[in-house]
Amino acid sequence: MTTLYEEIRPEPHGGIPVRRVTITVNGEKRVAEVEPRLLLAHLLRQGFKLTGTHTGCDTTNCGACTVLVDGVPAKSCTMLAVQADGHEVMTVEGLASASELHPIQEGFKDEHGLQCGFCTPGMMLTAKALLDENPDPTEDEVRWALSGNLCRCTGYQNIVKSVLWAAAKMRPAAAADQDGS
Amino acid sequence: MYPSRFRYEAPQSLDHAINLLHEGAGEAKVLAGGQSLIPLLKLRFAAPELLVDINNISGLDYHRFEADGTMRVGALCRHAALERSSILASRAPTMAAAAPLIADPIVRNRGTLVGSLCHADPQGDWASVVTALGGHVVALGPDGRRAIPITEFVSGPFQNVLAIDEIAVEAVIPAPKGNAAGGYLKLERRVGDFATVGVAVAIDTSGNQVTRAGIALTGVGGTTIEAAGAGQALVGRPLTADTIERAANLAAEAAKPRTDHRGSAEYKRHIVHTFVTRILNRVTETADKAA
Repeated sequence: MTTLYEEIRPEPHGGIPVRRVTITVNGEKRVAEVEPRLLLAHLLRQGFKLTGTHTGCDTTNCGACTVLVDGVPAKSCTMLAVQADGHEVMTVEGLASASELHPIQEGFKDEHGLQCGFCTPGMMLTAKALLDENPDPTEDEVRWALSGNLCRCTGYQNIVKSVLWAAAKMRPAAAADQDGS
Repeated sequence: MYPSRFRYEAPQSLDHAINLLHEGAGEAKVLAGGQSLIPLLKLRFAAPELLVDINNISGLDYHRFEADGTMRVGALCRHAALERSSILASRAPTMAAAAPLIADPIVRNRGTLVGSLCHADPQGDWASVVTALGGHVVALGPDGRRAIPITEFVSGPFQNVLAIDEIAVEAVIPAPKGNAAGGYLKLERRVGDFATVGVAVAIDTSGNQVTRAGIALTGVGGTTIEAAGAGQALVGRPLTADTIERAANLAAEAAKPRTDHRGSAEYKRHIVHTFVTRILNRVTETADKAA
């Protein structure tokens, strides 16, 4: 079990009781004792050592810290860890399987969807939620979906291409599943 | 950034939440979507002793129309639910136009309309929309429910009139007097920015006459501005180039913009005029097509 309050606040924590939370992170059940004020981004990064989730602006603007909470994109810097209790969280570490990259990751590689890479985890998770809901998005729909994720390298052209690449790659598989073949 | 320390409770009923707020004696805050409150906590502009998270209370995430046409939006209805709503576009066009323009897509997944109203940011989009629609907020406290017109609900920048042990449980939009029409237009420098100018227009029509009109402005004053004169100028009249021009002029006069990094006062006033005209022209074009 992770006890993060010891790391961030070694002194007694002002009489505020810590809370035990159980969160399914990338399919694995994790238990932690946290101060109520701890942000989800910090639990993931410092507590669970899942440093793929990046904190960029820390002010709810940039979307670099985006994770999926029950499949829905959320800015983990703008959510308390205690609010994730009982929920499923997916971070960028959950995208790839043991043997291969997720098609969205392949797309970012193939279409040069990253330069410095800082915004990439948030971009990819927002893209995953989009493609889960809409497997065949238009370019406009991709741009709209990603409009809460900022890239300071301004590499948006290739990011959009990467998501469209992934959509095309994932579609035959989805169609085959539906056919039962 | 870490917020100040606070105690955290996540009650499963409104009664329990209200009890907690009562015991909190003014040092407690309600947490719904958290997309404004959590940034405030991190910046330590807010430092409550107790956070009462209402997300575990079931039955608050609705938006629905009553048989008489009244619309109700529950305290946990997210912006994204309104953006994707299948019932909003035809029956509440002003709300349908505003929903996709709130903040950015990720914030819309968690943030709530009622929370936005409570946060009472003078640049909040929903306050203008609900003002134009003549809506009210329903507050629930130890003594029961009360309805508070939106124009009275917001008492100043980031201030509302809720008692310390009251929760805003829903926003209510009255049934239209005829066909509901209108829209919301927002000029922003980029997605997620506050409005340089936002204009909400909500009109009800019967035949070719306007039976009710509300116009409210975002970002062009210290608070949401209700351009009551502009709305009144349309009531009892048809929408024509002349009546639209008159309403647009009155709305621009009602604006109190300040020159800042988003634009000059003159520019913002001009945009108010343009947006009122544009929304009302679209209403007449839609009506012409339907006829």
